[in-house]
Amino acid sequence: MSALCVRVEGIGLWSPQLANFDALRRALVGEAPEPPGARPTASALSPNERRRAPESVLVAIEAATQAVALSGRAAEDLACVFASAYGDQATTDYMCRVLAGTPTELSPTRFHNSVHNAAAGYWTIATGCRAPSSATCAGSASFGAGLLEAVALACADDRPIVLVCSDTAGAGPLGELIGCTFAFGCALVLAPATDAGVTLSLSTTKGSEPIHPPLPEHFATWMRNNPSAGCLPLLAMLARGEAECVVAVSEHLGLHVQNEMAA
Amino acid sequence: MRVTTLPLAVSAFTATSALGFGLSDHLDALQQQQSGLRTNDFSSAPLACWIGRVAGIESQPLPDAYAPWDCRNNRLAWTGLNQDDFFAKVQAARARYGAMRLALLLGTSTASIGATEEGYRRLDGARLPDDLHRTAIHTPHSLTAFVAKALDIGGPCLTISTACSSSAKVFASAERLIRLGLVDAAVVGGVDSLCDSTLFGFNALELVSPEPCRPFDAARRGISIGEAAGFALLERVDAQPDATLRLLACGESSDAHHMSTPDPEGVGAELALRDALARAQLDVSDVDYINLHGTASHKNDAMEAALIARLFPAHTRVSSTKALTGHTLGAAGMLEAAITLLALREGFVPGNAGVREADPACSTHFAWRNEARPLKVALSHSFGFGGSNACLAFARASAENAA
Repeated sequence: MSALCVRVEGIGLWSPQLANFDALRRALVGEAPEPPGARPTASALSPNERRRAPESVLVAIEAATQAVALSGRAAEDLACVFASAYGDQATTDYMCRVLAGTPTELSPTRFHNSVHNAAAGYWTIATGCRAPSSATCAGSASFGAGLLEAVALACADDRPIVLVCSDTAGAGPLGELIGCTFAFGCALVLAPATDAGVTLSLSTTKGSEPIHPPLPEHFATWMRNNPSAGCLPLLAMLARGEAECVVAVSEHLGLHVQNEMAA
Repeated sequence: MRVTTLPLAVSAFTATSALGFGLSDHLDALQQQQSGLRTNDFSSAPLACWIGRVAGIESQPLPDAYAPWDCRNNRLAWTGLNQDDFFAKVQAARARYGAMRLALLLGTSTASIGATEEGYRRLDGARLPDDLHRTAIHTPHSLTAFVAKALDIGGPCLTISTACSSSAKVFASAERLIRLGLVDAAVVGGVDSLCDSTLFGFNALELVSPEPCRPFDAARRGISIGEAAGFALLERVDAQPDATLRLLACGESSDAHHMSTPDPEGVGAELALRDALARAQLDVSDVDYINLHGTASHKNDAMEAALIARLFPAHTRVSSTKALTGHTLGAAGMLEAAITLLALREGFVPGNAGVREADPACSTHFAWRNEARPLKVALSHSFGFGGSNACLAFARASAENAA
């Protein structure tokens, strides 16, 4: 196959430690950026929706909002892929607890918030987006698999897209088993490549072990404790202007990402 | 820029649902209009409703080699893979192309959450019980990870979980990967099994009917939930010139309206439909049959009946088959794709079962009973929570232009 080429137009990021991509840049050079507030503002949502939405949706929407703002594009025009390894584990924990005891008392709102495409639904409703939207997962490779899905959509259909990958902390017995311990969300606005902007060239490669220049020590902890932090090698590559990295796409496959501007 | 989709050969497909195991059982049930719905006997305190249950799944554990993945949903997946020689056909494709050149894209709404529910019913203190303390079955990717292992697929493996459009959207993702040359073929499909989350969840939304569902009936009372597994193998037409069944295109859109009800104006549904037709370079007058989403909810059916009446010429025939199978949620896109492919292959329009008195909003397009007629182009509609819409366009290539 020939490589797929896309332009990076916007980057968004939210975790309890990092408020945005600029905070990541500063963390990479050893600074300690100011952490954001306890809940992401997710300003694309109306105040009413913000109250109803679970944390998993707020983290995803916050990252998407940042990336789309940087891109200068209108959210309603962007196709979107919302990846998440686990979806909303706190809502799953709630549902399983209620179902085990008083199933007829299940909250209808919590049920509709439990679908894996809840964040995509909230986003498209809030932004008036009628473009295709998707919600995906691929275990620990959810970021890379979502990236491949998004890049394929951008290139095959010649349209800009926002990719979001986010997971939040688990709760209860499910949280104990899975071990996702904090929230992390990232987003990229990607468009088919032109001459302007940072261009990435992506191709699949055998083997799924991530390959990248050294990262600060605590990044490894983040990557171990939240699968969506699997984006960090790519975001660090973009922040530092490095040449390449490999992220996992599936159990046997990686995505080799080359930064054309670094050459 | 208008993008034209690459037509693909549907070189194998299969379905397992309340109608039976494999295509032959499905064809028999469709031809006899024999419903697979039965009184709900699922879960410890069953709701008073009807379900589409696959018989015997609970008593058929996975082979020992796959023990970490054992749960109802993956058992249903395994049973489905073993119908219609599908497993062997995928192995042949893997031998032709190599494991790395084969993608796996599966849709599900709840994956193996039934196992998580069971774990919470039998907690060992604050922990899941030892026999269910297995990470492989408590994530939404459980299904796809298991099937990738069972089929030994080495290429991209992705779960799409957009509620009831999940296993229609996998066709679109597969087509893009093949068109871009990332893979040579793709296994697509969907599996969703009965679980308390969906039964009690849809009940909480007051969408579950106390009687067998009656799509497009004037007095319809909601959905009947079912379970199903279905798969298809997609390859380039030039690699399978003799295959007469084709995927022409997939259309996708978002409603931007509401989390759990469709836009009553059907704007998003129409966008997905027009996207599919434009990609396939078809006009509405080319469409012979549409397998509707037709859940038997008030709002879906009203929106969809109006869409059909508004857009299609009199000769297009339409029906919902959910009164036979139940609404199989994340598997519905694939199950109804298989029914649509059977209709094309066999030359018949499946009747819209379950109706006593048709909703007056239904136009003359509706086939209330089976109709024998040759079909060339057929669509399948899938609409999901969050306003996720997908429309698949299939065709039967005639012998002279099959090459």
